[in-house]
Amino acid sequence: MLRLANIARRVDSHNALEDISLELKRGELNILLGPTLSGKTSLMRVMAGLDRPDSGELTFDGESVVGVPVQKRDLAMVYQQFINYPSLSVYENIASPLRVAGLERHEIEARVAQAAQLLKLEPYLNRKPANLSGGQQQRVALARALVKRASLVLLDEPLANLDYKLREELRAELPVLFAELGAVLVYATTEPSEALVLGGKTACLNRGRLEQFGPTLDLYRDPDTLMAARLFSDPPLNSVALNRDDGGLRFEGAEQAFPAAVTAELVSELPATEAGSTLTLAVRGHHLRLGPDISHAGESVACESLIEIRGTVDVTEITGSESFVHFTFMGQPWVALLDGIHAFPGGASITLYARPHDCFLFHTQTGNRVRKLGGGE
Amino acid sequence: MKVQNNKAWLMVLPMLLLVAVSAIIPLMTVVNYSVQDTFGNNEFFWVGTEWFQEVLASERFHNALQRTLLFSALILAIEIPLGIAIALAMPRRGIAVSFCLVLMALPLLIPWNVVGTIWQVFGRVDIGLLGHGLASLGIDYNYTQNTLDAWATLIIMDVWHWTSLVVLLCYSGLVSIPEVYYQAARIDGASRWAIFRFIQLPKIKRVLLIAVLLRFMDSFMIYTEPFVVTGGGPGNSTTFLSIDLVQMAVGQFDLGPAAAMSLIYFLIILLLSWVFYTVMTSLDNDATSEQGRH
Repeated sequence: MLRLANIARRVDSHNALEDISLELKRGELNILLGPTLSGKTSLMRVMAGLDRPDSGELTFDGESVVGVPVQKRDLAMVYQQFINYPSLSVYENIASPLRVAGLERHEIEARVAQAAQLLKLEPYLNRKPANLSGGQQQRVALARALVKRASLVLLDEPLANLDYKLREELRAELPVLFAELGAVLVYATTEPSEALVLGGKTACLNRGRLEQFGPTLDLYRDPDTLMAARLFSDPPLNSVALNRDDGGLRFEGAEQAFPAAVTAELVSELPATEAGSTLTLAVRGHHLRLGPDISHAGESVACESLIEIRGTVDVTEITGSESFVHFTFMGQPWVALLDGIHAFPGGASITLYARPHDCFLFHTQTGNRVRKLGGGE
Repeated sequence: MKVQNNKAWLMVLPMLLLVAVSAIIPLMTVVNYSVQDTFGNNEFFWVGTEWFQEVLASERFHNALQRTLLFSALILAIEIPLGIAIALAMPRRGIAVSFCLVLMALPLLIPWNVVGTIWQVFGRVDIGLLGHGLASLGIDYNYTQNTLDAWATLIIMDVWHWTSLVVLLCYSGLVSIPEVYYQAARIDGASRWAIFRFIQLPKIKRVLLIAVLLRFMDSFMIYTEPFVVTGGGPGNSTTFLSIDLVQMAVGQFDLGPAAAMSLIYFLIILLLSWVFYTVMTSLDNDATSEQGRH
């Protein structure tokens, strides 16, 4: 188990990492999710021992590893760039960490053969990395990490430089490949969908801070903070400010309050002391529906229990099976992900509906969830 | 499918003309001299390959050739490893980079005859800093009288003058290596030597080939510096092919043998450069495919 306790690190007078505590277990896939510069790579460098944290404790299986040099640590790392030794054959590349470790010849041969088979590199063992495609080059790098049988495997956006099809193919193989190692597996990515497909546990990172850590699906369904919800939404999370007063709950600046049923479902459990504070309502694009008569699990839901959203269409992107409708609502850019083809012209007005059940409510000031609504994925 | 486009010839025509005027025409003039004899008055007699045979058989040519080969070998043996070592030790970031680069470029900016003059004065026992310093330390140093001293002076001078070129070429190759390669090597537990052998050397291989070729050709044709410093002496001990050639052509006015010698000289350089190129490129057979991808 890799344990990080209050890890902090400053780079060029800004906080690259701020008070990060995590417990990563062996045999589990741990995903670091966050946009570029959110601290994923910085955190991995600390985990690897390439950088020393300014403060905090790093322990592996109970022993502190802060001062242990990289060379002495039992770890493997794969990068976004395809890093292989250019002058060595694929075979020699895969064998290189084993040669450094001083393994016996037949053991090296056996391990390389096994890794080559798993990563489908057998026909290319005598080639140089430069003569392979990008996907194959990354497979070589992955094989190098695999043969080492390290107890800590760091994968830093390993699929980011691959084209879409190769990415999907390797993404499906990766967890299986490393599962048998019993290692602490850490996988950094910028894409929410990648985290969801991979499963495991996810740590949401933003500006060097840990927003939330937990099982990937739980985190997606039930984010604790507005930022965690934003990081874990693609297309971007839609949000709008709410006002609460004696007349009920309404969009900030709107005259008409929500129907009583909606207000009741949204704020029923809101402590009275927090009434009057500004709130933020957030909803993912695929939870917006066109018609008010949404049938859910065979039941048709009445219009009175839905949140109505009236906006002006900016542009519609149609992928074929889905349509991304970008529209402006209360001065904010929103996007709805609708099934099928919906060709709304720009400037048209559009009315969409969301179930309160699918919405998240946050305190605007703190960004914390107001109450768990138990999302309806 | 190949498309014939004769317009391309128009594009290369200016360059062809330039090369013809600057290289081919002078070369053909030399060829012309090398197969004829003259006693002045613009009268020429056809002698065939007589001059070539004479030059190739002469001891004077053999000795000069040996001296030149030895000089080039020593220069390459010192400057290439030294240049790589300095390039590896140079900083990669910060203001120290510009400082080092300027320092490295300085010797390259000095004209060749000035370099010769600097070292000629520098090494003089009576007034030179080096010569006088060594003498006051009790070391018997005199490049005008002692063969070994003359050679040492010339080689140190050339190393001082041209190692920078090797450094700059290698450095340019080294800085193009992304930081993650070193990181990956550290994680692999690779040794300093392994990092050099498997990451740095493959990256600088191509510029190194250029450095070796340039330094070989240049040292093999060295003229100005030894001419200024030692004048080919003491005796004939630093008379390289180029100095010998000038003595023959300008000093003795033996135009025929000198022309034949220049052609042989030229062919030797061409042959050796080709050998270097072939050997170094075949050391890594997929050099071209690598280039295609990066």
